[in-house]
Amino acid sequence: MSQDSDLHDATHDAKFHATTYPKFLRLALHLCTQGSWSFYAWMILLSGITLVGANAWAIQVRDGMSGTGMSDHVSWGLYIANFTFIVGLAAGGVMMVIPAYLYKDKDMHDTVIIGELLAIASIVMCLMFVIADLGRPDHFWHMLPVVGKFNWPVSMLTWDVLVLNGYLLINLHICGYLLYKRFLGENPNPKFYIPFVFLSIAWAISIHTVTAFLYSGLGGRPFWNTALLAPRFLTTAFCAGTAFIIVVLQIIRRMTNMKIGEGSIRTLANIMRVTIWINILMLISELFSEFYTGGSHASAAHYLYFGHNGLNALQPWIWTSTVFVIVAAILLLRPNIHKHMRTLDIACVLVFVGIWIEKGMGLIIPGFIPSTLHEWVEYIPTALEWKISAGIWAAGLMVYTLLLKVAIPIFTGEAMEVAKKRK
Amino acid sequence: MASENNKSCGSGCGCHSDEGIEQENLFNRRTLLKGAGATLGIAAFAKALAPITEWTKDISVDEFLQKHYRELDKSELAAVIKRIEAETKEDYGKEVTISAPQAQKGVKFAYALNLSICVGCRRCAEACHIENNHDRASGNSYIRVLEMSKGSMDMEHGNADYNHPIPQDDKFYMPVQCQQCDNPPCVDVCPVEATWKEPDGIVVVDYNWCIGCRYCEAACPYHARRFNWEKPQIPAAEINPNQSYLSNRIRPQGVMEKCTFCLHRKREGKMPACLEACPTGARVFGNILDPNSEIRKVLENKRVFVLKEELGTKPSFYYFFDE
Repeated sequence: MSQDSDLHDATHDAKFHATTYPKFLRLALHLCTQGSWSFYAWMILLSGITLVGANAWAIQVRDGMSGTGMSDHVSWGLYIANFTFIVGLAAGGVMMVIPAYLYKDKDMHDTVIIGELLAIASIVMCLMFVIADLGRPDHFWHMLPVVGKFNWPVSMLTWDVLVLNGYLLINLHICGYLLYKRFLGENPNPKFYIPFVFLSIAWAISIHTVTAFLYSGLGGRPFWNTALLAPRFLTTAFCAGTAFIIVVLQIIRRMTNMKIGEGSIRTLANIMRVTIWINILMLISELFSEFYTGGSHASAAHYLYFGHNGLNALQPWIWTSTVFVIVAAILLLRPNIHKHMRTLDIACVLVFVGIWIEKGMGLIIPGFIPSTLHEWVEYIPTALEWKISAGIWAAGLMVYTLLLKVAIPIFTGEAMEVAKKRK
Repeated sequence: MASENNKSCGSGCGCHSDEGIEQENLFNRRTLLKGAGATLGIAAFAKALAPITEWTKDISVDEFLQKHYRELDKSELAAVIKRIEAETKEDYGKEVTISAPQAQKGVKFAYALNLSICVGCRRCAEACHIENNHDRASGNSYIRVLEMSKGSMDMEHGNADYNHPIPQDDKFYMPVQCQQCDNPPCVDVCPVEATWKEPDGIVVVDYNWCIGCRYCEAACPYHARRFNWEKPQIPAAEINPNQSYLSNRIRPQGVMEKCTFCLHRKREGKMPACLEACPTGARVFGNILDPNSEIRKVLENKRVFVLKEELGTKPSFYYFFDE
């Protein structure tokens, strides 16, 4: 982190924090409610979408989930698809943390907070998608340890609850601590955050591994029951998460005074370039085993790519994804891609959408088709599901925008000027 | 925009420090606007979430705070049952009695089904529908009957949606319901222990504890679990009033349910409804620990098999063909 000359180390008593911390929070509130007209327009747009989603969810809770396209044959749909993808987005942030702290990449170190804040916003979205999928959100407390019954360690879902919330807390601590220290104009004490940074690296890998184990541990669902699922989850996460961050970094460069070094984008583009090809290799390996062996084990994959007796709801999804991912992988081979921003941006969007489909609809739905008794029932998400999903995405982007709105001026030092002026 | 920002206050609002009084007015107007915006936003959210309050009206505090079935003592269970009976009366206009029969010592239930004589009439599925108070509109049942091609045991060649006279000559019929596995994947995956295996071998659900995540439905290899996608609708006259807490009482919206081999009947010495409805006598049910039971005779004398044995679920449901 670049250091100003007046930074100093200091120890304070609790009384000091009791008076300065509220000031810090007040400044944060001020920063995240103050902005340009485009900021207000963006927030109003997101609020509007969130409102529509909240209303749709309230209706779903009241009238039951019959308003969704799900059935006893395809019992998970768009919510769990989005959940799975966004766990990857959260884990993808770690692709900034590793270069920044493990390889001491200076440019990355200055911008790493953007990845850490993305992890926070993503986990918030994940938790919302899980709640949207529950038939009885009022029974949610049954999952709390001590007062409820927590089926740990047998149920992988309890592991997922632990790792997701743990990851949220770790990142909240790291970001909160660094920002508060910056606000005080002091050097952060490595003892209080470096161990957590390293913990967060291992933890990021765990959240996506555990989420893959949710599916790959089910013997009755051959489409998911593959050891390759967790490694594929990680590679696609590192690819799609990175794509999202590259776009965010450019927006920040354009909209704020934060310095985004070329090094960050170069490193991230290199990561994408490698991970996307590893993903394609693994995809080919899986498809080879499925289709060369054939038999009923391959029927879900066959349905996904080629349909079955005129049922082909997933075909447009998966072929869009396949084309997007392959085109992006080729675009990313362009030498010095970080200097060709247009090419890089196109590749990022293609990767993001392509993986969103591949890990969402392309992974969750074929797990249920054909059903365990080999019945063929298709799934098409309803308007209600689209509204709720869009609402959660909007709420998550709102959280991310507000976090950035607080963090960036504090990091650039502009916030302290504001604070002085306010006095 | 980037160059403009250089002189701004840093929050990207575009205001300039040298605008003096004019800026202060702007700020006041802004604060006012923001206050109005925030109030409007909160009001809009309250309105958007209003359907939730309509829903919570139907949920009593007692219901919300109800403990897990296995942690209720006798008096608490009695109170819960009384409340549910009253709620059923209020919602469905029918007096029902809800019992909570316990598993007996030395009893483990098993089922066997003779595929040679099953004709695929689906009367078992219909009996299940009536006995277990399923939602009428969906025609739900815990049993699905597969019409299978002779010459294959692969479900890939089965069809559960046949609609023609039965039995067809080139077909055989395979009803599938909960296999009451000894190693049930559905129980393992439940995050809140809302489903478990009773001492007599039956996998049950506490409908009031289930959170409705449907992980068990994804985990079950036999399509044995059902979700209440909405509140079940049954006319009062069609409701079976002999109910039990863990089996056929009318399920709440948003929770899982499943076949219990008619726990409320067999724990009182009766046979499951599907067995009684079978016109060909294809179904055999009993206590596997009783050496003289009919089910034991079948297991000892017939070449039985279980579905998807390779998954290691250890079903308590056996199929066989006559020699």
